[in-house]
Amino acid sequence: MEGSIALLGFGEGGWGLSIASGILVTVTLALATLPLGLAIGFFVALGKQSEEPSLKLASNMYTTIFRGLPELLTLFLVYYGGQIGVQKIGQLLGYSGAIEINSFIAGMFALGTVFSSYASEVFLSAFRVIPRGQYEGGYAIGLSYGQTMRKIILPQLIRIALPGLGNLWLILLKDTALVSAIGLADILRQTAVAARVTKQAFLFYGTACVIFLVLGILSSFVINGIDRWAAKSGAKR
Amino acid sequence: MTDNVISPAAATVRRPPSPPKPWTKPRITGYVLVGLWTALIVGLVYYLFRAWDRELVDKYAPTYLSGLWTTISLVLASVIIGAVLSVPVALGRMSKNRIISSIAYFYVYFFRGTPLIAQVFLIYYGLGSFSKELQAVGLWGFFRDAWYCALLSFALNTAAYQAEILRGAIRSVSVGQWEGAASLGIPKFVTFRKIILPQALIVALRPYGNELILMIKGSAIVALISVYDLMGYTKLAYSRTFDFQTYLWTAIIYLLLVEALRHLWDWMESRITRHLIR
Repeated sequence: MEGSIALLGFGEGGWGLSIASGILVTVTLALATLPLGLAIGFFVALGKQSEEPSLKLASNMYTTIFRGLPELLTLFLVYYGGQIGVQKIGQLLGYSGAIEINSFIAGMFALGTVFSSYASEVFLSAFRVIPRGQYEGGYAIGLSYGQTMRKIILPQLIRIALPGLGNLWLILLKDTALVSAIGLADILRQTAVAARVTKQAFLFYGTACVIFLVLGILSSFVINGIDRWAAKSGAKR
Repeated sequence: MTDNVISPAAATVRRPPSPPKPWTKPRITGYVLVGLWTALIVGLVYYLFRAWDRELVDKYAPTYLSGLWTTISLVLASVIIGAVLSVPVALGRMSKNRIISSIAYFYVYFFRGTPLIAQVFLIYYGLGSFSKELQAVGLWGFFRDAWYCALLSFALNTAAYQAEILRGAIRSVSVGQWEGAASLGIPKFVTFRKIILPQALIVALRPYGNELILMIKGSAIVALISVYDLMGYTKLAYSRTFDFQTYLWTAIIYLLLVEALRHLWDWMESRITRHLIR
């Protein structure tokens, strides 16, 4: 027992520091992916609820493709495909050296596309809850489409979509563990290195699981806080 | 006066002209986006056509097929085992006994709160480090095999999710159904099997389908513990040939599989809810 504490500690021979750096990478990646995924997801949802059939088709294709692919495969497609793509562009520009793309950026884009395809569904169902009268009221007092969207629809939309988005955040947090497969030093990778060196696999992978649980619990607190804050500005019924 | 009389023939002919379709901003955006998708798909088909390599296909197509079979059998087996395991977990979650319900709660919380890949590693590498103890109990043969470890972790994982689906579905059937059956003198077990379950399964069908699709997608990670499923053979083929089409074919196979399942589920849902359509 004391041995395990020393192994997980921050002292000499302890892996605490490297695991802590892994936590930092995981949290940074998830936080960096979130705005990207939310923004794309919102616009895809806008496309899906539009009356223009071509826009609907294009948005639905996006969701179908990125919800149908395994997350790990999307990650590899973005990572290796991006590498080949960047290499080709480099060759066109006359650069023949090897170009490596950053695994953090690749992970961010891959997880962002997956997140956004799920988020678009959450936003879409939130859009459907908001009655038409809200738009018409906005136009009636002379607001433009953009103003109506920003000042009337969006605040309500976020409040309705919040529980669904909270779930997606928890899924995103778990999905970040996949980036260890393309060599990013996240929680799972750092604990895997520690497990291989110390031969204490159960201890370290168990630690990784506990860290993810704790991150999930902390997120739930934050999400609940945001939920309460958002509910306060809602209409009292 | 005769001007006002419109002959019936003219009335059918003279329709108002359909309003002109202006090139609004959404329409232009939509056409551009559909154009981009079309270009992407045409480009993909062209690339796969150009890159078609008889030798490569002959060499790796059979491995892809066997990998696909591994994926499907792994998912089916774990979903079925998970369904069996989920029943006691769901019952435990609904139990009035504090201890039982909190054990079930922690089970569900753990498996839903941690990444599947970490669970697979924990069981494969983690339990693998207790090889001496496992040998002593005679379970080493089971835990040495990556396929069985993947099966075990998937079954435990999906059991947690399925328990929540089952619980939610049983909860969704109103208490009046239980009471009605009780007032007719139907025993509790028969009530559950013949009255509650059929109604609960309608609610549960869609989440079960989603869970199946999530498992198929999630099963790709077994490639990381050296199980040769579809993803595993793809990784192998890519590491040998560095040909990107290996990944593209896999993407197409997974997409077809998931889409087929999704449509099957839509069909099943419309079929079993026929009596609910008014």
